[in-house]
Amino acid sequence: MVEKGGIIQLKNIDVTFHNEGKTIEAVKNVSINVNKGDIFGVIGYSGAGKSTLVRVINLLQKPTSGEVIVNDKSLTKLSVKDLRKERKNIGMIFQHFNLMRSLTVFGNVDFPLRDSKLSKQERKEKVDKLLKLVGLDDRANNYPSQLSGGQKQRVAIARALASDPEILISDEATSALDPKTTTEILKLLGRLNKELGITIVIITHEMDAIKQICNRVAVMEDGALIEEGDLLTIFGSPKKKLTKDFVDTSTQISSVLDEIKESGIAGSISGRLVELNYIGNVTNEPLVVGLYKKFDVEANILFSNIERLQGTTVGIMLFALTGDDDKVSEAIKYLNSLNVNVKEIDITESKEA
Amino acid sequence: MTNFINTYLPNVVANWEGDNGFVVAIWQTLYMTFVSAIFAGIFGIILGILLVVTTDDGITPHKTFYNILDKLVNLFRSIPFVILLAVIGPFTKLVVGQTIGPKGALVPLIIGTAPFFARQVQLALVEVDHGVIEAAEAMGLSPMKIIFRVYLKEGLPELIRSGTFTTISLIGLTAMAGAVGGGGLGNMAIAVGYQRFENDVTIVSMIFILILVFVIQGIGDLLVRKLEH
Ligand SMILES: Nc1ncnc2c1ncn2[C@@H]1O[C@H](COP(=O)(O)OP(=O)(O)OP(=O)(O)O)[C@@H](O)[C@H]1O
Ligand SMILES: [Mg+2]
Repeated sequence: MVEKGGIIQLKNIDVTFHNEGKTIEAVKNVSINVNKGDIFGVIGYSGAGKSTLVRVINLLQKPTSGEVIVNDKSLTKLSVKDLRKERKNIGMIFQHFNLMRSLTVFGNVDFPLRDSKLSKQERKEKVDKLLKLVGLDDRANNYPSQLSGGQKQRVAIARALASDPEILISDEATSALDPKTTTEILKLLGRLNKELGITIVIITHEMDAIKQICNRVAVMEDGALIEEGDLLTIFGSPKKKLTKDFVDTSTQISSVLDEIKESGIAGSISGRLVELNYIGNVTNEPLVVGLYKKFDVEANILFSNIERLQGTTVGIMLFALTGDDDKVSEAIKYLNSLNVNVKEIDITESKEA
Repeated sequence: MTNFINTYLPNVVANWEGDNGFVVAIWQTLYMTFVSAIFAGIFGIILGILLVVTTDDGITPHKTFYNILDKLVNLFRSIPFVILLAVIGPFTKLVVGQTIGPKGALVPLIIGTAPFFARQVQLALVEVDHGVIEAAEAMGLSPMKIIFRVYLKEGLPELIRSGTFTTISLIGLTAMAGAVGGGGLGNMAIAVGYQRFENDVTIVSMIFILILVFVIQGIGDLLVRKLEH
């Protein structure tokens, strides 16, 4: 479902590289529509073409074919000079921060303002304000080498915001950071989105990062966009195998299943193993009690993961259902009728392999 | 002190003043070193920048231009300096009106040093983090601004390091140029000290050259230390 007229519209983007006789199709016919105010996540494994795709947004990477429309302007048709002007409206942060070593924190944030019409005093006020916004006002005179990774990324964010962009692109901005710092940086991005109304495009290979702040997600594999939708839909009912892999890794159900398969306890689990996915208010207990009361089926909870995504509950559970075989089948039908996605799992499948 | 000098360095004293004396020779060496360092520095930086920005993943790639410049730099770097001195004699005469004396040495010194320094500049600038260049491009900076505000700024400590290194090898070349008519301390050491068996002159010439080398190295190191964070 592509809505019309988003702030970023990529239309049928192809990017092909020719390298020493080899042809690499890094991006294949990808169309994306990012709406104003979105936090749009692009997820995919290494080499999927994520960086190449987002670098097309500000034309750091020229697409082999396709159209790039940002703020209703077709960037692919602009002159070099006009394009440079448009780029100031698209801030960018990177995995390795890319700060100037030779400049202080203040100098780095001030860097994009050098050509602005602001006076020295106004520039200073603006830099101070930005540093306060990212919580680094006491570090203005430090050099990047004196900062931690998380702090460096904050400086990079402040620098990216200096030209008051409407769009912020984050290419694996948290990949070099530990989980706690990652969460802090993601929270900061979420806050910027709310307070400044800035549209954010995030690239990552971790579903957790997406889960924390994105409202929409695109999944990339081998240069193609294989699935796209709002976070809840992607998370609650992933359609493609890769998408499901990402979701499963993030909910940890995949490691639980592996554990069950590898540890050999599979044989000692009685009953049929089912995986439940649900969105919204189907809670744990009434389900179990309901199954017992209605069908005389016992649900042994092997795993349960419930989280709040954008204010909505999303749950994944692993049940071992025991009881009369017919009854179990009825119970599964009943669960389906509750808007719970049920998938039966055969744990013996890969045991010998 | 005076006694010591008179006793052990008689020829140095005898050759101290006058047109062919030490004072003049020191000035000639300083003149040849710094004037050619400035010109070779300017040409080297320009050529080095051109090499960096026109290379395949540079900010304004240009295959043909890069290949030609790259070959030329290599070519001039491969010519031994003594031969260069002779080969470009006519050109030198055209530019500065003479082929001997410190002024005549300038042209070969600059031509001999600039390509060498260009390569050093290129090496220093490709070391500048590509990510920072990309960030600058994403901010909408023009190639000119990226050169001045990012490449030269971020690469400055490395540039000074190579500049120091190049200047020191340049002193070596001035000595060589001196020996074949350029004047200066090299000429002093060879024409007076070596050929007239006045060993104290040779040794004192060498000491002056060493002092010059140490001073330049010291200044370079100091600047680099100041600039690096
Ligand atoms: N300049 C280039 N020249 C040739 N091939 C390239 C170039 N840039 C990217 N590629 C290739 O395009 C493909 C996609 O690369 P890209 O960097 O977009 O992947 P990615 O999804 O961002 O991966 P990662 O998660 O590792 O950053 C890769 O096969 C890569 O080797
Ligand atoms: Mg990438």
